[in-house]
Amino acid sequence: MKKKFKFRFSRRAFAYPYMIFLLLFVVVPLVIILINAFLDDAGKLTFDNFVEFFTDSGGGLTVLGNSLIIGLVTTLICLVIGYPCAYFLAKYHASNRVLVLLFILPMWVNFLIRTLSTKAIFMALDVDLGMGTVLFGMVYNYLPYMILPLHTTLVSIDHSYIEAAEDLGADKMTVFFKTIVPLSLSGIISGITMTFIPAISTFAISEILSSSKIFLFGDAINMHFSKTTNSFGVGSVMSLVMLVLVILSNLAVNLTSKDEEVKSAL
Amino acid sequence: MDDKIIEIKNVYKAYGDKPVVKNISLGIRRGEFVTLLGPSGCGKTTTLRMIAGFEQPTSGTILFNGQDITQLPPHKRNINTVFQKYALFPHLNVFGNIAFGLKLKTVPNGEPTKDRRGNTVQKMRRLTKAEIAEKVNNALKMVDLEDYGHRSVNSLSGGQQQRVAIARALVNEPQVLLLDEPLGALDLKMRKDMQLELMQMHSKLGITFVYVTHDQEEALTMSDTIVVMKDGEIQQIGTPTKVYDEPANAFVADFIGESNILSGTMVKDCCVEISGHKFECVDKGFKNNEPIDVIIRPEDIRIVPTGNKQCLIEADVLSCVFKGDHYQVTALTHGDERNEIIIHDNVEVKDGDTVGLYIKPFDFHIMHKSRLINELTATVASENEVEFCDGKFVCTAQLPDVDTEVRVKVDFDDVELTDDEADGTIGATIISAIYKGSYWQYIVRTDTYYDFFVDNDYEWSIGDRVGIKIAPEKIIVEEVQSEKEVQV
Repeated sequence: MKKKFKFRFSRRAFAYPYMIFLLLFVVVPLVIILINAFLDDAGKLTFDNFVEFFTDSGGGLTVLGNSLIIGLVTTLICLVIGYPCAYFLAKYHASNRVLVLLFILPMWVNFLIRTLSTKAIFMALDVDLGMGTVLFGMVYNYLPYMILPLHTTLVSIDHSYIEAAEDLGADKMTVFFKTIVPLSLSGIISGITMTFIPAISTFAISEILSSSKIFLFGDAINMHFSKTTNSFGVGSVMSLVMLVLVILSNLAVNLTSKDEEVKSAL
Repeated sequence: MDDKIIEIKNVYKAYGDKPVVKNISLGIRRGEFVTLLGPSGCGKTTTLRMIAGFEQPTSGTILFNGQDITQLPPHKRNINTVFQKYALFPHLNVFGNIAFGLKLKTVPNGEPTKDRRGNTVQKMRRLTKAEIAEKVNNALKMVDLEDYGHRSVNSLSGGQQQRVAIARALVNEPQVLLLDEPLGALDLKMRKDMQLELMQMHSKLGITFVYVTHDQEEALTMSDTIVVMKDGEIQQIGTPTKVYDEPANAFVADFIGESNILSGTMVKDCCVEISGHKFECVDKGFKNNEPIDVIIRPEDIRIVPTGNKQCLIEADVLSCVFKGDHYQVTALTHGDERNEIIIHDNVEVKDGDTVGLYIKPFDFHIMHKSRLINELTATVASENEVEFCDGKFVCTAQLPDVDTEVRVKVDFDDVELTDDEADGTIGATIISAIYKGSYWQYIVRTDTYYDFFVDNDYEWSIGDRVGIKIAPEKIIVEEVQSEKEVQV
């Protein structure tokens, strides 16, 4: 018994550094944000931060709404562009791994550098920076996150399903919409999550590509925590709202994909 | 003309430069239960996939009801398939899976009418929900899964999934049902039950079944006609009894059921000589002293006392194993060349006993040898070397000038096999191994796709890589006649 305990102890010890890391850099900051949300500038307990955000006196709710809309539009565009991309990549997978790499390559460049160079190109082409350029930047940044999970799912679809559908009288279009799309649903859902969640919380892209004309939720949080405004309380409330949103969308994904996972297990 | 529903004419299929199906021709009668039987990689599944339309033949045609369907995509063929791993759609429940084909189907709507130009026009419509539900429920009833419509396909057992797959194919009322090793994933008991059920369905529905399997017992049980395939070629087409009792060659005999395959000589009509012993048989029409293969089924050999007048040959018992309804006896025949024989009989004998064996004349199945000598074209590489199959072989025969083409002949037992590929002049893969009583006959395929027939005492398995060596004095070289050269 003694020996057994010792063994378990030593294995567990490997997890401690990570536990400490989590505690210091995830749990503690969250607690600080939570406390901050209930403190005013003078450090007294207050609900004013919540009141300010939810009554929209500082325009926080409007910004949140805008962010959600831009996030949705970005996700939609990514899906519309990404699905056919992923489909053809998967179809010619065996013969063309290089092509997949080309689509993932932009992910390896720091997104600030990518965004700044996009801006430079737009400036050189004399394009007005605004909603269009922001959306372009967002889609450009998040497209690989859409393509990757879709590609993984599409590649793993057993070819016999497609043959079975053809055998039962489905032409190419029907095979696609009645077999391939439903079978890649789990990929679509994870693609949407991987695009939508970062898209609603993004900050630099909108700021850089619209010359600070378009202000998103991420930018708003960023601003509240900057030295000039110094309104940590409202910023903390907004961070909490963001957190809740992320948890909610993850929950939604889990609910829809739970069924799917069981199905795709076979 | 026979009522052929499917006719395969000279169909050849290659992936890249590797042939899978080599010019096969086959007619399938309406309502027949045809089984394509053969070891894995023999081209049976490819043939089935070409009938279904998933693969296009490289050359040749496939006729369906007399019409050329070679290039027709699968969704336009009135043929449905039961897939090896069922391929049930995981995103649909049992009902949805079976209804998949029905929802896409169009049926004539009302009587055909004439349009202004006088052409007959037939309006088509989709099936209504009620019609689909009725057909699906009938199909479910047929496979004994009446209350399973709402179930997810992954909650079903293998046997139930199999039934759904069959129902999904049959509900479309195809004229031909293709089954690609459908029972392979089921356990033995389940497989036996499904075999019977499939046979019942076949006789009830009266449609044509084309069944692919590597299980000879399954093929013998279920089929009206068996098509034995090997290496992309049809070896024999016949009823189960015919294929079992009169195998066309040593391969068929070896693949279907257990058998003793021995080399012999046809002394004259009705007399065969095996390892120095002469036996009476019923086969005629062979050349006198023609080398042949003899096949004797183990259950056709009787064990008799040694002194008995029925005794044709004596043998020493090597082993005797109880198999339930018979004893499997392995015995070594007496004589200069001793052969190992397998006997199925219901008398028990002891190891080391000497017994007499009796075989009825019509139980000797005599077959032409598929090849008597390895013969291939080679070029003279140097004054004492010939080159064939990408290897240079030293030979002592008189050789013509360098670079001329010659015929090379090598006897089966002059080809030496080596365990280590590097020890041989060329490398090759064993693709067939048949035990012939006292030695193994191998078919060994070189990397240039030439098949050597090799007689050897040692045992290798199919798929083993070996080296091929030939002693210099054993290579027989013949000059190619000039006419032939012109043809080449």
